[in-house]
Amino acid sequence: MIHFENVTKRYPGGHEGLSHANFHITPGEMVFLTGHSGAGKSTLLRLIGLLERCTRGQVRVGGRNLAKLKRHHIPYHRREVGMIFQDHRLLNDRTVFDNVAMPLIVAGLRHQEIARRVHASLDKVGLLKKERAYPITLSGGEQQRVGIARAVVSKPPVVLADEPTGNLDPTLSQEIMNLFCQFNQVGVTLLVATHNLDLVSRMDKRIITLSHGRLKQDIAGSAS
Amino acid sequence: MKPSTSHRRVGTWMLRHLQVALSSLGRLYRTPLATLMTTAVIGIALALPTGMHVALSNIQQLAGGWEGAATLSLFLKQDISEKQIIQLTNRLGAHPKLAEVQLINPDVALEEFQRLSGFKGALQALDKNPLPTVLIVEPLQQYSTAEAAENLMAEFNQLTEVDFTQLDLQWVRRFHAITEIARRGVMVIGILLGLAVLLIVGNTIRLEIQNRKSEIEITKLIGGTDAFIRRPFLYNGLWYGLSGGILAWLLVTLSLWILNGPVERLAGLYRSGFDLSAINFQTLCILLLSSTLLGLFGSWIAVARHLSDIEPT
Repeated sequence: MIHFENVTKRYPGGHEGLSHANFHITPGEMVFLTGHSGAGKSTLLRLIGLLERCTRGQVRVGGRNLAKLKRHHIPYHRREVGMIFQDHRLLNDRTVFDNVAMPLIVAGLRHQEIARRVHASLDKVGLLKKERAYPITLSGGEQQRVGIARAVVSKPPVVLADEPTGNLDPTLSQEIMNLFCQFNQVGVTLLVATHNLDLVSRMDKRIITLSHGRLKQDIAGSAS
Repeated sequence: MKPSTSHRRVGTWMLRHLQVALSSLGRLYRTPLATLMTTAVIGIALALPTGMHVALSNIQQLAGGWEGAATLSLFLKQDISEKQIIQLTNRLGAHPKLAEVQLINPDVALEEFQRLSGFKGALQALDKNPLPTVLIVEPLQQYSTAEAAENLMAEFNQLTEVDFTQLDLQWVRRFHAITEIARRGVMVIGILLGLAVLLIVGNTIRLEIQNRKSEIEITKLIGGTDAFIRRPFLYNGLWYGLSGGILAWLLVTLSLWILNGPVERLAGLYRSGFDLSAINFQTLCILLLSSTLLGLFGSWIAVARHLSDIEPT
């Protein structure tokens, strides 16, 4: 599903966010990405979501070579990749419903279909009752779940999460992880960047560890 | 693709446009003061050339009344007979381009001249009337332009009975030259103020893009195309332009209404039936269309320049 072949990302000034990264994530896999801050976790995710392009090597997602993707095709690629952020990236002037509906509106779905899917998605993250609330009135955990609902509402085959539990207490973090596991069970390929090693070790999934932009370790989970 | 699906696609697409148009209108409505100020600036900028155009049209309409006075004087040869004169008068009376033919008898003319000029004594010393018979012809309205009147003059000069024809076109020409300059001036002012509207809308939309930076970023993150992101801003520009155009129309109409009383009084003093005419339908259509296009184009410039600067990080 996700192929990295000898991928290097060099930033202006010479700093290498990622060097010579090689790995392959198969469809339906759930993978944790760990490493100290600045190890290149975010860079890796950004390359997959095409927020950045790699300097050398090849990134392929779902068979698409991202280097060859033209600018006007980027939106269609992003519709196939749901993204979740530590800071949620919600719009505070719109209700929970409207926030979650955004990917569907962008994709041009019909109104009834949008309502149906948003409700299903909010139900999944347990926030159906809060659909009319504004994100600012929700707790951090709830906001993160709105972000997750938005990322999965259009049923993308790949979901990326960048420190999704960064600001949450252990109980809430575990809840979020359980949600991810549920998505993974229905076939979504998940790549979760986190430095919460404690949590990661309990999940028993494949773990890719980065250090200074290089792949240090790739441990397969016994469950997968 | 089945026809029903493509129909539905088009339907969805149109519905989407309608939604964006209305939500953009709603967004403007929710910030009434800012919207009103932008609209007012556009309205005033457009009211100026529109008002000048309407004033000029009125002046030209008034001049149209005067042009009817572009009459030709046919000075007949001294040696032609009474019968020839009557024949010529009848012939010209049936001329398809003429409205009226008036015969001025030399004796009557002389009498009038004596009465008005004060040269009574000198004229009485002459042994015969030096004045020729004159036919004053007035062309029909559509043939009273400078060019048509000149053609008529050339035609009448060919007549054997006519010594020479006089057409006082000088003032008509001067007037046309002046109105032509004024028309160009209005055009130049119109273009300059149109550019100003473009900049106003462009700047307003630029600020709006900055205000909605996070929304644009997130929309890009979840796969919104450039066209999708552009659309609400373009509709904003369109609404600004249209409402500015409507305001310009109202301003000009109001100004004309204020001017109407004094103009009527002045026209009355000149015993003219002149009536100040308002913006006609064609001018109104052009005003609204061009203001809308200016708004759209102005926002397009801003969007093209600034939207690509905002990329999600």
